[in-house]
Amino acid sequence: MRVYRILLTFLAVTLSAVSAQAQSQGPLRIEITQGVIEPLPVAVPDFVAESPEAAQFAKDIADVVRSDLVNSGLFRAISKDAFIGQITAFNSPVQFSDWKAINAQALVTGAVSIASDGRLVVKFRLFDVFSEAPLGQGLQFAATQATWRRMGHKVADAVYTRVTGETGYFDSRVVYVSESGPKNNRAKRLAIMDYDGANVQFLTDSSAIVLAPRFSPTGDRVLYTSYSTGFPQVYVLDVARVTQTPLGNAENEMTFAPRFGPDGQTVVYSSSVGGNTDVFRRTIGGAPQRLTTAPSIETAPSFSPDGSQIVFESDRSGAQQIYVMGASGGEPVRISRGEGRYGTPVWSPRGDLIAFTKQHAGRFHIGVMRTDGSEERLLTSSFLDEGPSWSPNGRVIMFTRETAGASGEASLYSVDITGRNLRRVPTPGAASDPAWSPLLR
Amino acid sequence: MPSMKMILAAVALTALGACSQDGLFDGAGAGVGQGADAAAGDPTSIGYFQSSVGDRVLFLVDQASLTPEGQTVLAGQAAWLAQNPGYTAIIEGHADEQGTREYNLALGARRATAARDYLVSRGVASERLRTVTFGKERPIEICSEEACYAKNRRAVTILQAAGGV
Repeated sequence: MRVYRILLTFLAVTLSAVSAQAQSQGPLRIEITQGVIEPLPVAVPDFVAESPEAAQFAKDIADVVRSDLVNSGLFRAISKDAFIGQITAFNSPVQFSDWKAINAQALVTGAVSIASDGRLVVKFRLFDVFSEAPLGQGLQFAATQATWRRMGHKVADAVYTRVTGETGYFDSRVVYVSESGPKNNRAKRLAIMDYDGANVQFLTDSSAIVLAPRFSPTGDRVLYTSYSTGFPQVYVLDVARVTQTPLGNAENEMTFAPRFGPDGQTVVYSSSVGGNTDVFRRTIGGAPQRLTTAPSIETAPSFSPDGSQIVFESDRSGAQQIYVMGASGGEPVRISRGEGRYGTPVWSPRGDLIAFTKQHAGRFHIGVMRTDGSEERLLTSSFLDEGPSWSPNGRVIMFTRETAGASGEASLYSVDITGRNLRRVPTPGAASDPAWSPLLR
Repeated sequence: MPSMKMILAAVALTALGACSQDGLFDGAGAGVGQGADAAAGDPTSIGYFQSSVGDRVLFLVDQASLTPEGQTVLAGQAAWLAQNPGYTAIIEGHADEQGTREYNLALGARRATAARDYLVSRGVASERLRTVTFGKERPIEICSEEACYAKNRRAVTILQAAGGV
């Protein structure tokens, strides 16, 4: 079962811009960090099918683009019913007055054709309607028909990047734990899907409890914890081959909370020995190196993106707090200072923030703080929110939200780092422990 | 507060007779458990251990220290294990749902080890005991109230016939 590394090549070709003006001088720009009061109105007409066989793709790919942009919370898609103008040919001049009249600020046009080798070819352009000019150059992608959704994500990523100046995150996947059965006998199995919930595939069966999968920096492998021996132990899963290898656990050893380092070879995790949980690191197949030695609980380690530091949680002060230490151990520095308990710290891929779970006054929160613990900001609040995972561009966080009571159930949510745009991520059943992949290549 | 704990302990003891063992290893655990209920009157049986000795101890919120009640139960387990050398045990540590997944795994390991260490201090050979944590993955009670949480914060001694399957 080839799940992830589908054989595909994306060929991006720059199209010559319609207008000689390559760059807009206009105000079509969203500053993500400054708070969007009003989402940017964007018109995404169905793409032009350049042959009859491309008709369904042309419609479906535009749907993906629209959905991605709206999902980001930064855009509002103008209903197709409101459109005055039609895009019937990709290279025809755009009648900007038609789009101004419906208050579209951005216009995405596209076309889909099928090449002689069967590959899908997608072209698109982004226009700043009010300056009547293209924003950036036109782009063309070619890939297998099976990957049509990815082509939509790539178009949306390009639009997002041009409008925000930030890398996109739509062409990405999420590995998570799919849950079923009653609360006192939950069946759990690993699943992988597109970031928006499409294309769910299962990676393990539910014969053993599995927990907290984490992607490698290139997305080709997943670390996770499984009870397949009866004890919680860390495994490495090859996503394309769907093969599982123990990290190198001793018999009866309890290991959990693994994460890759940025080199994709080093793994940090925690191991419980004699009731004491500490942070360890090792390379796959290498010998374990103990990084903490306190009698307290040290767990949930996460590398900084440059690999020089590790953030983790410890209850050495009497309650869970967040600490930072060097990548080879040494004296940790506590960075969380607010009231309550702090756990599951995760370093942002941009390096600027640490996401965490906070428990305070009987509620759970997902929050972010700077790497020195300053500027703490709580993004969510509920009966039980936990386990943040960063989008590849470090602007969105996905996490687990569980509802209370006997019928309580876990599901996946996302929120942006300003605390806006809280959304439930659709999954076929109950779901927990999401881990976002890097941007696909 | 102490009286509440006493009540909880009593409830746990009476409830256990009707429960099969928490299943650690699906096949083996279920098999042993079935035989156990039928033979609960036999003082050397797993059923007797569960219902009369008490197979579990409960913990306070975010604590892994044994309560006096817990120590009494474990002392009874140690005495039973001394008289029934044909059994080994896996001690499962559990947490309630009020905590993050990783922390609760670590907390469950602490609880299981606290029970194990007490049994060893009461003369049980350490080779007969193993520990495992389930964190918050296997609650027995499913409400989101203290009445349920109190029963979920537990260390359960799961017997296995030595040399058995």
